[in-house]
Amino acid sequence: MNVALTDSQTSLAPRRSFAGMAWRRFLRHKLAVIGAVTISLIVLMALFAPLIAPYDPNHVDIMLAREGPSPDHLFGLDVVGRDILSRMIYGTRVSLSVGLVAVSIYVVIGLILGAMAGYFGGWVDMIISRLVDAVLSFPVLMLILVIVGALGPSIFNIMLVLGLLGWPEVARIVRGQTLAVREELYVTASEAAGAGAKRIIIKDILPNIMSPIIVNATFGVARAILMEAGLSFLGMGVQPPTASWGNMLTDAQSLSTLESMPWMWVPPGMMIFIATVAINFVGDGLRDALDPKMN
Amino acid sequence: MTRENEKNDPLLVIRGLTTVFKTDLGFVRAVDGLDLKAYRGETLGVVGESGCGKSTVGMSIMGLIPNPPGKIAGGEIVFEGTDLTRLSNKEMRRVRGNKISMIFQEPMTSLNPVLKVGDLMSEVISLHQNISRGEAREKSVEALRMVGIPSPAIRVNDYPHEMSGGMRQRVMIALAISCNPSLLIADEPTTALDVTIQAQILRLLNQIKEMTGTAIILVTHDLGVIAENTQQVAVMYAGKMVEYAETGSLFDEPLHPYTNGLLLAVPRLGSKEREKRRLNVIPGAVPNLLNLPVGCRFAERCEDVMEKCRAAEPDLVDLGGNHLVRCWKYGR
Amino acid sequence: MKDNIVECRNLKKYFPLRKGVFSRVYAHVKAVDGVDLSVRKGETLGLVGESGCGKSTLGRVILCLDEATQGEISFQGQLVTGKNRHRLKQLRREMQIVFQDPYSSLNPRQTIGTTIGEPFLIHGCGTRGEMTERVQQLLKLVGIPSNCIDRYPHEFSGGQRQRIGIARALILNPKFIICDEAVSALDVSVQAQVINLLEDLQKEYDLTYLFISHDLSVVEHISDRVAVMYLGRIVELADSRGLYANPRHPYTEALMAACPVPDPHLKREKIILQGDVPSPVSPPPGCHFQTRCPRVMDICRNETPGLKEVSGGHLVRCFLYA
Repeated sequence: MNVALTDSQTSLAPRRSFAGMAWRRFLRHKLAVIGAVTISLIVLMALFAPLIAPYDPNHVDIMLAREGPSPDHLFGLDVVGRDILSRMIYGTRVSLSVGLVAVSIYVVIGLILGAMAGYFGGWVDMIISRLVDAVLSFPVLMLILVIVGALGPSIFNIMLVLGLLGWPEVARIVRGQTLAVREELYVTASEAAGAGAKRIIIKDILPNIMSPIIVNATFGVARAILMEAGLSFLGMGVQPPTASWGNMLTDAQSLSTLESMPWMWVPPGMMIFIATVAINFVGDGLRDALDPKMN
Repeated sequence: MTRENEKNDPLLVIRGLTTVFKTDLGFVRAVDGLDLKAYRGETLGVVGESGCGKSTVGMSIMGLIPNPPGKIAGGEIVFEGTDLTRLSNKEMRRVRGNKISMIFQEPMTSLNPVLKVGDLMSEVISLHQNISRGEAREKSVEALRMVGIPSPAIRVNDYPHEMSGGMRQRVMIALAISCNPSLLIADEPTTALDVTIQAQILRLLNQIKEMTGTAIILVTHDLGVIAENTQQVAVMYAGKMVEYAETGSLFDEPLHPYTNGLLLAVPRLGSKEREKRRLNVIPGAVPNLLNLPVGCRFAERCEDVMEKCRAAEPDLVDLGGNHLVRCWKYGR
Repeated sequence: MKDNIVECRNLKKYFPLRKGVFSRVYAHVKAVDGVDLSVRKGETLGLVGESGCGKSTLGRVILCLDEATQGEISFQGQLVTGKNRHRLKQLRREMQIVFQDPYSSLNPRQTIGTTIGEPFLIHGCGTRGEMTERVQQLLKLVGIPSNCIDRYPHEFSGGQRQRIGIARALILNPKFIICDEAVSALDVSVQAQVINLLEDLQKEYDLTYLFISHDLSVVEHISDRVAVMYLGRIVELADSRGLYANPRHPYTEALMAACPVPDPHLKREKIILQGDVPSPVSPPPGCHFQTRCPRVMDICRNETPGLKEVSGGHLVRCFLYA
């Protein structure tokens, strides 16, 4: 059979993958790159905490309580005599794990429910959308305080609560994106090939809507870190002796501490600030790099 | 370029026009050394496939090349004695919509959806003519009537989305001719329309041309539209013009192998009356403008290719009878 | 009737338009309004018409991508409408479709190898290894270098993507393929390549095509028989040569007169229809074409003409010939 064979190898352009193009675009944002480097350092700090921290974060040296910075203790000691620098380093573990776990929980829930609502429509959509509206109409902070108050403060409860309350936002985004992608011809093509709903959602819809989700999740991590810090500060979150940036600030509540012993609140406060800002920069950079215009 | 039976001087003369765009991967010459002429009361067709640069020609004339990433890198566009490439943006704005107008392919996206049609037209008219709002309004209704929109006094208050594709294109045409331009550039004006509506719009353009003596540059990929509506044709390939002739001559005697190939690749209505033929195929694909071959750009697809084609690019040769071709088969 | 691969009887597809808090239906878009059509085994049946005529919807309904509002479809003698999901999945192996838009008919996040091979895996036709082999085979068949199997759609040109779409339609060895404006978005020279490819494949694999397009010249070239659609109904049906030599329905005549021909010396009667292509929402009673017909009569406004045979195999829906 004489097929009109027409294309030579040369007419195909050199390989340009999505990831490659997005990476190049990301690198153009200096702030995003700085943010990414910072986050990487924080992650390394969390992973290698036992190796980096000069002291055991829970080790108490009552003689030196409230001492300021010295060559032995670079950031001084807290009210009970624990090394602040070490606690600060170990605190990264708490913050990062809360951030990642909480966000993972709610992204997974949001993806499943949002995709179902968008793809199936009808009463499935109606039920899920009303659920979204219901959860969103609760005052989040109060709900968290009530639940944590009832269940008891712990790191796991925080992760759970943040995860169970954060999914509606993602579900909404996913639903909207699904509605748009559902009309694309390649979805119809899969239907024509005999694909069922599960296959279409997983292979055709989800990969094409991930960009805004990734951006949302990134900002979500920053928010979760702030939340945890706030809750721990109020005593509703991670309890001492476990070190968390938030509960390190609890000790610094009195005015005298604030004025005369800045080493007790400046390091944890700075870490919260740096981590949150760095993640937000990365989120901004990702948002531009993953811009749908490039798809 | 000379014309036999010279009726009038050309209204627009383009010499050596080169328009480039900067991309991530290098510079692209969307239009490369183009020479063209347009005459009053006549339609010049510019035909080619995607990426040949035909739309860029229209945008270059209008000075609408987005800068960055593009710009006119060389050549001149002489319109009624003035070189448009030398004009400032402010001076160019006085020409656009007034002396030279353009209509586009997608009437939906070319008309502001939040403005009523009448308001849009009045705005354009009063931009170029110093008349009152009421007079501009009257001229709008008159222009709508001229382009064949029924009940123009009522339609003038419609929004674009309330109109059909054909009507929106008529509104675009009305906008374009509202200030009596001497040159109208139509960039794929009927590609997005149904064929019966296309016939209406093309007839309208021809009527306008006859009534007002406007010159038209019709950019399209459709050879049938070219055959039925133009007096001269320029064929473009990969940024260069490869053939130019009076329309009858081009179709009777296509000289450039690309033109010939295109004409044989188009299925023709009524061809089944003769035997069923297999469509001629031009092998290969359009070259990547970032990676142009040395020599003639069409060489790797040409069935008449010779040694010298790969060595150097041919110049445009005048074969008399207003027929020019860029091909070594006819070169010196 | 035995050698009809697809038969449609009084097929209708109405889309309800809803308004208000309770989504009350206030009108219908009558996309397909009573179509009787048979496609003979091995032929190419062209389906031509302008926007809103329902040709794409008809294609989707025949393929069961949309459920028919009324009417019956049979494939190889067996009733298809009202089938359960399992039977429908079976059917997908025999009937396939090539889409218009090469830019959105391929999943941008999947390699072309995965996209082409997907139907193979969905229907459990073999192992992954066998799938890859088959995909390589098909790529070669449609003229795409087979080392491109791991590339993404955006790395290919429009014509190449369309050929990838054809490869995907072929992987299950279907008998019937609907080409829904399959070449409309392509450049002239690329269009010719794809048309020739489709013709070659038809000969080689004994395929039957329903070729949907708005471009009369292309339809005439590739089809054995042609059906003209207007506002959800078939207004004329004839073999290709007969239709173009002797169009009977006023709409067909206007359509042909409007279609540009690349011959500047051709003098044709110009029939320019007045008005716009109407919308299929609430079409006029009686003959749908009455609002634009240059030869409209009183009867056209009151009664609907039926599809009648005027000469061997040439059917027209018009009171001028009733």
